[in-house]
Order: sequence, then structure tokens, then C-alpha cells
Amino acid sequence: MIFTRCVLAGFLAMTLTAAVLPARAAEIVSVKAGFIRAPHPRETISILDIPADDDGVAGARLAVEDNNTTGRFLDQAFAIEDVRLKSGEDPVAALKGLAAAGASLILVDLPAAETLALANAAKDADILLFNVGAPDETLREENCRANMIHVAPSHAMLADGLAQYLVWKQWKRWLLMKGSHPQDQLYADALRRSAKKFGAKIVDERAYEDLGGGRRSDSGSVQTQRLVPVATQNAPAYDVLVAADESDVFANYLPYRTFDPRPVAGSAGLKPVSWDASHEQWGAIQLQNRFAKLAARRMNERDNQAWIAMRMIGEAAARTRSKDPKTIRDYLTGPDFSIAAFKGQKLTLRRWNQQLRQPILLGDGRMIVSVSPQEGFLHQTSELDTLGVDQPETKCKLQ
Amino acid sequence: MMNFSLRLCALGVLALAISSPAAAFTAYVSNEKGNSISIIDTDKMAVVKTVKVGQRPRGIALSQDGGQLFICAGDEDAIQILDTRTLEIIGHLPSGPDPELLILSPDGKLLYTSNENNNLVTAIDVATRKAVAEIPVGVEPEGMALSPDGKVLVNTSETTNMAHLIDTQTRKIFANVLVDARPRSAQFTPDGSELWVSAEVGGTVSVIDAASHQVKQKIAFTIPGLSKEAIQPVGVRFTQDGAKAFVALGPANRVAVIDAATKRIEKYLLVGQRVWQLAFTPDGKYLYTTNGVSNDVSVIDVAALKVVKSIAVGSFPWGVAIARQ
Repeated sequence: MIFTRCVLAGFLAMTLTAAVLPARAAEIVSVKAGFIRAPHPRETISILDIPADDDGVAGARLAVEDNNTTGRFLDQAFAIEDVRLKSGEDPVAALKGLAAAGASLILVDLPAAETLALANAAKDADILLFNVGAPDETLREENCRANMIHVAPSHAMLADGLAQYLVWKQWKRWLLMKGSHPQDQLYADALRRSAKKFGAKIVDERAYEDLGGGRRSDSGSVQTQRLVPVATQNAPAYDVLVAADESDVFANYLPYRTFDPRPVAGSAGLKPVSWDASHEQWGAIQLQNRFAKLAARRMNERDNQAWIAMRMIGEAAARTRSKDPKTIRDYLTGPDFSIAAFKGQKLTLRRWNQQLRQPILLGDGRMIVSVSPQEGFLHQTSELDTLGVDQPETKCKLQ
Repeated sequence: MMNFSLRLCALGVLALAISSPAAAFTAYVSNEKGNSISIIDTDKMAVVKTVKVGQRPRGIALSQDGGQLFICAGDEDAIQILDTRTLEIIGHLPSGPDPELLILSPDGKLLYTSNENNNLVTAIDVATRKAVAEIPVGVEPEGMALSPDGKVLVNTSETTNMAHLIDTQTRKIFANVLVDARPRSAQFTPDGSELWVSAEVGGTVSVIDAASHQVKQKIAFTIPGLSKEAIQPVGVRFTQDGAKAFVALGPANRVAVIDAATKRIEKYLLVGQRVWQLAFTPDGKYLYTTNGVSNDVSVIDVAALKVVKSIAVGSFPWGVAIARQ
């Protein structure tokens, strides 16, 4: 197992700034977090999407710096230990290793099955997990766990965020194109559910078989511009092509190549996301600048989700003056918690399944086109709960 | 619709007000996206001139004599000095990166500014135009306030969620007070006994006892028909007698009027969209509000507690300062 040890120099920062503190017997509370992740595939359609080595964890590191700036006023120091799993490595062993090293607040960027395995393994331990990667509904529904907070938005939240905008645009006739991987099926399920929920109609469904092979090649554009029109022709009248392609197999080939001239949304074109490198509203430019300075690249969704999770830990530790996972969880799931994350409003937790409520950004990779919830989609408690599975329909029983 | 009819009826009130003209003051409004300053004659309640300035102007402050306007031009990493007579930029102050807000010391000699990008408050000597001190604060410093006696400088840090109280003599932090999420603005009551700090994302105003540095009360806002997420307090201003506080509520498009003694909310005044900063005319009769999304300034009659006029300005108005001349 490769341990990339990256304990940030919180204590150094404390020493340097001790001068600004009032004289008091300071006992520094050390809050140690862990990050367990499996590298995301480097096989992407666009070279711009190839994940960096510090994908995700760079966001957590930035939040550690932010937390330490605050921590020096509160005698708290934060650190995070990064564990990057190789293919086939057991995440539970990594969790045990982190726990033995004193980390009890763990960020997880793993597929759903492994994420759930960690929650089950930690059931009787004094550990709180933060899901910063898996969008799978099952982790928030039938397989929800009391020791897991979901920072990543779910498939249903993303699909609802997109659907609200498409319906607002009166683009209500969708041609759904889905991939052949189980994750694509899950996203397609969420898109179907959203269409029904907000009054859009899926006029036809097409499947795109992943036959393997390389995504990028020198003459790739010649072939794809002949293949995509064929794959999208003879469709009933539709307004927008919605793609469910969680593995980046085909969706990014669709824009500008469809048989009918139609916009593309979903896994390519207009994408519902938690974050985008182009987002700058509501002071987000400050976070983007800080991240670019730290990581020498732009912040992606996984970086942002990890930043929020680590900031939630910082916020809970600052308010409760504690690093105890139970105290942290009680605060985060309690009535006083909210966090600012540059999305125009406070983010809070859905107490029934511990999912972070959040606006969904709609970006084309260059700009943020819109932000959902859209105006006019109302809710009796929070308009953010028009996105995703709501309390009356949840199957989650926290345990 | 409601906003429109309110303004229409306000015009009638305005006609009455004009019959007894107040002293003509000059209001300066920074237009964040317009890269300009709109200059308003407060007698006419109209823009008389628009001046091009540096990129992304936000926080602005006037020199004591009103002869100079200091402008945080964030995207140029500079504080520009505008001569208010010639309306020309006559110089720059060394601000550090991305200055957002500034405040002038009571003697007019020092300018304190917050630098969001490097977690510092910078003190600048206005005469020599040199930075004389840098004070490390929390993440994303923003709001700035000075106690009436000038002894305490307050800075709010948006991601650290604190008000940092700084001794202006030693230039060291002597207290840090946790408030709600994304504190934007701080203001002392005119008697100096309380410090009010607005939390944009938290949706509250924390009332801090200036002597003990404890939060003694949090003021929350409820507006029928608006979600709690839409209520985002930013600018805070007190009437000169300290009796009333006005709090701009951002995308709630309202200014709350608060009895400063009881902390009871007396009224919500409907203004333009995304209301952020506030400034009184020097005679205290009118309060100007910058409304970023609707590109206008609302004028509130302070005695009548009515919005009497909306004045179209440049793109995304942000800061406002009003001079005697």
C-alpha cells in the first residue's frame, strides 16, 4: 500500500502567529483527518479532464490551510493524511491504518461498494466518514449509514438540477442516450425520474455500447463525426439530447455532431455539477484563486467536495471546540450547522439521510450557464429540497 | 409589481420633499462591473456624472475634507485616489492584492484595507502613500469598522467566520469573536458600546458587547414568503443618535429597520435587487442603498421610513459614500 503522507504544517503556522494571540496557556488541539481514494481513470475523452495526482485531496489540503488560519485563533491545528489505493487494494485496511494513526474523521472518494464497505467496517468504531465522491442514490437511501455524511450531490440531485433548467427553457422533449456501464444505468434512472418529476418527456432512449479501446487517437475526429450522426438519426422530434455516460465513453463526442442540430446536456454539453473551474459568483473567485495558488491547476468537483468536507470538520471543531467524531456529527446534523461554500446561500444537512443540501451549477466547461434550484420551483421547507429525494419519499433509516 | 407601485407612490412623496430642498450633498457609488463611479446630486436625486475608474471597484471611502475618494479597484490590485473636484485619478495607494474594503482613521491619516487573497489587513499612511503595517487575520478578510474613539479596528473574515478586534496602537489582535457564516460587515454603535456584525450566509446580525467581546444577542430575520436562505444581511448603519439600525438584506431585496435598544425589527423596506451597502447623507435625513442586480440606488427617507426614489446607476453598484459638498 502506498501511503502518500501529507501532514500539513499546522503547528508551524501556530508558532509563527503566536504573537498575535493574547497571553494564555494555550493547549493546542490537534484535529487529524484522513483521505482514502482510488485514482480516477486517466482514460478520458478530453485531455483537459485527465485527473491530476492530487485529484480531490488538493481541495482537502486547501481547507486544512483555511482551517489552520482560523485554528490559530482557537488553538486548533488541522492535518490530513492521504491514502491513495492501488488497484485491488483493500480500503478497509487503509481505514484501519488511519485509525491506528489517530485519524477518526475520514474523507472517502471511492466507488459506492467500497464506500459502503468502509461505513460497515467502521460501524462500531469512533469514526465519522465523509462521502466526497460517490453520487449513488443507494448510499443515501436503502444503504444509508449514520456514520457517513454525504458531501457529493447524488445522481437525483444532479438530474433534478438539470431538469429544472431544461423545463424552464421549455426544452421538455428529451432524447436519452445512455452508456452500458452500471453507473450509466443509475444516472439514466435518475434522469428518467427527474423528467417525470418536472414534466419533461423522454421521447426515445438509445444505448451506446462501450466496446473498449482508446478514447483519443490522432485521427479520432474523422471517425466520430461520421459515427455520431448515425447513432442519433431517425429520432422522434426532440429538444435536447440528454446523455448518461458516467465513464466518459461517448458523451463528450455528442456536441456539434448529432444528426439533428440539438443541444446536448447531462454527461456532456450542459452538465449539472457541484463545482466548475469557471465558477466565480458569490466570492467563489477567492476560493478559485487560493486553490490555483496551492495546486497549480484549476479546482474540479472532487476537489471542491473534499474542500467542503474538510471545512465542515473545521467549522464543527471551531464551534464545539472538539475533535470527537460523535460531537462533530451531532453538530453537523444539529440545528445550528450551516456552511458557506460560495454557492449563493448557506448549505445545511438533510437530517434524514445526512446529505448536504446544495445548489447545482449548470456549466458548459467554460461558463456557468445557470444555477438550480430554478425560480418558481417551490418547497415548504427549503427550495434546495426540490433537488433530489425528499424526506417524504426517502427509504433511509439511519443506523 | 409591488416594488413598482411602491416606487410610483413614492414619487408623490418625493414631490413634497423637493419643495423644501436639503443641502446638496454628493453621493459616490462604485459600479463593480461598470468599472465606474456614478456621482449623484442628492438634491436632484439624479446621477450628474459617471467617471471611469479602475477594474472592479468595490469599497470606497472619502477623505475627511471630501476632496479625495479612495477606491478599491480589486482587479488592478490597487487603491485609486480620485480627486473629487477634477474627477481625475491622481494616484494610487499600495494596497496589496485584491483590496475590497477600506476605512479611514478618525484623524484621516491612516487607511485600513482588507486583502482577501492573503489574509491580511494593511494600514496605509495616506500622506506618504506607504504601507506601514500588515496584520494577519482570518481567511478572506472583508468587513472593516473602527470604534468611535479610533482605538479598536475590527475586521471580519468571511471563511474563518470571526470578527477580529485589533488594537490600533499596538496593531495586534486582542480578541477574536466567532459569529455566523460569512461575516460581511461590522459597525460600532455611535456610543461605542456594541459592535454589530452581519453574517451574509448565516442570515443573522451578531451583537457583540464591546467591553466583554461576547456575543450578547443574535438578530434573525423572517420575511413572509421568502426562504431563510434568501435573507443575507450585509451592510449595517446606525442613525447618528444611535436609535435605529438599518441592515441591508441582499437578495431579500429589503432593508431591515431595527430598534437599536430593543433589537426589535420595526419594518422591512422594499428596495432594489441584492441590496448590499448603505450610507447616510451627512444630515442624516436620507439613506442610500446600492442594489447590485437591479443596477440602481434606493433612497430611503429616514424619518418617514419610506423609499422615496430609485436612481439608475452603472452596472452592479457595490459601495456608496456621501460627501458634504
